[in-house]
Amino acid sequence: MIPAPDLIRAEINRLARVDRGRLLAALIARIGNFQLAEDALQEAFAGAFVHWGRVGVPHSPQGWLLKVALRKAIDRIRAADRAGRGAAALAILAGDAGTEAEQMDIPDERLRLIFTCCHPALEPKTRVALTLRCLGGLATADIARAFLDSEPAMGQRLSRARAKIAAAGIPYVVPGPEAWAERLGSVLAVIYLIFNQGYSADAGTANPDGGLCDEALYLARMLDQLRPGEAETIGLLALMLLTHSRRRARLDGQGASVPIPVQDRALWDRAQGAEGLALLDRAMSKLTPGPFQIKAAISALHMAERGPDWRQITLLYDSLLRMEPTAVVRLNRAVALAESGSLEAALREMDALTTALAGYQPYHAALGELAHRAGQQHRALQAYDRAIDLAANPADAVFLRRRRRLAQLPR
Amino acid sequence: MQYMALIYSDPAREPKYGTPEFQAMMQGYFGLSEQLKADGVFVAGDGLQGVDTATSLRLRGGKVETMDGPFAETKERLGGYYLIDVPDLDAALRYAAMIPTAAYGTVELRPVMIYG
Repeated sequence: MIPAPDLIRAEINRLARVDRGRLLAALIARIGNFQLAEDALQEAFAGAFVHWGRVGVPHSPQGWLLKVALRKAIDRIRAADRAGRGAAALAILAGDAGTEAEQMDIPDERLRLIFTCCHPALEPKTRVALTLRCLGGLATADIARAFLDSEPAMGQRLSRARAKIAAAGIPYVVPGPEAWAERLGSVLAVIYLIFNQGYSADAGTANPDGGLCDEALYLARMLDQLRPGEAETIGLLALMLLTHSRRRARLDGQGASVPIPVQDRALWDRAQGAEGLALLDRAMSKLTPGPFQIKAAISALHMAERGPDWRQITLLYDSLLRMEPTAVVRLNRAVALAESGSLEAALREMDALTTALAGYQPYHAALGELAHRAGQQHRALQAYDRAIDLAANPADAVFLRRRRRLAQLPR
Repeated sequence: MQYMALIYSDPAREPKYGTPEFQAMMQGYFGLSEQLKADGVFVAGDGLQGVDTATSLRLRGGKVETMDGPFAETKERLGGYYLIDVPDLDAALRYAAMIPTAAYGTVELRPVMIYG
């Protein structure tokens, strides 16, 4: 029996969501050309709607899609190469296109694909877009919307990236041990950027629902499944789950951000939080510390039932600072220092960061808070004003205005 | 694939001739050239004389305009190059990272279009 068109449409959409990355990865491995593989796969999906509507959904839809995409790719190569050069290579392609794929033995090449999408020779924003497009199953329009770009601009960015991969000779490989740590770091950074983009966009809306956050969680789980046992991958997954578990509690009724220790715990997603903690334990048992594991541990300490252990958090920031000697980490450490009772030392640290973080909203917010506690009212109000000017979303602005009013009251 | 590694640096930051740092840099270059040859990836590679010896030229309206100096006046100057033949960008990046000047200057990698 042939299913109704809307059932076929639903099945094709499901396949595009679940299997597109795997099919694309296998296709690139076979034909070695990113752009061609994407175009051919697109055509195969379009062909599926017509063909399956006539004869029904095949026994192995994935095998059918791969086989058809391979044929489409070969057709395109032939059309572009009428002189017949490279005919032998094409014959090999054509020869096995009919048999192997139908048996649905599609090798999982997604690890090669994600390392290529996150190659450091591409601009960070391009890595993010390409990863979402190739492995996350987002349409170009969705990615454009998430990054406040126009669809044509995002489309161009993606085609430029595919062209650079081909022209610059970025290889389609899983990096070897000599480059592994650095390249894995690049992949993890891309996934975390996707997560943060989703998380900060959510903060502006009354009903947080994470499209990009879910993509990031999906990608991290995929990576952990393809190359199990990497402590930093597990650490990143733990960090994202812990953060995500608090998404419903991070804004109050007026839409202002709520600091973790005073959030309504009843609103936390317990299952997600518990999974995050379990993963953090698993990551740390591997005894290969890294920045994401430390950040996850800090996140977990903030959520402790008896309140955060600020001394422990300061120590963790010390280790993080050795791995990531950035001004932002120093700022976070200064705040932890103030919370554990060393307000003066913290303010000295803040002084040292004035220039480096002049345009960074959280710096001015923290300075406002610390100056207020130290009784420096004028300085506190100035800092809050600057922070309010720089606030990236309404929730932060509401929170900051409230803190500023508090700092204005006579002590 | 052939890659051109263009080696840029700010002369003010280069080791001075006669210092131990200069010695170390030169030894680094000799060692790297030897290795590139031993690995079978070396096509060409040399240093360039300073930008004060540069002459730039363009054709405008059929007339040759010749200018004293490099194409672009920047702090970082093109000081030398390697032309290497390796399988892909990752391999090219590995060799480029061994260029001594990469420690204080910048190495730009460009795939070469080979005509004929």
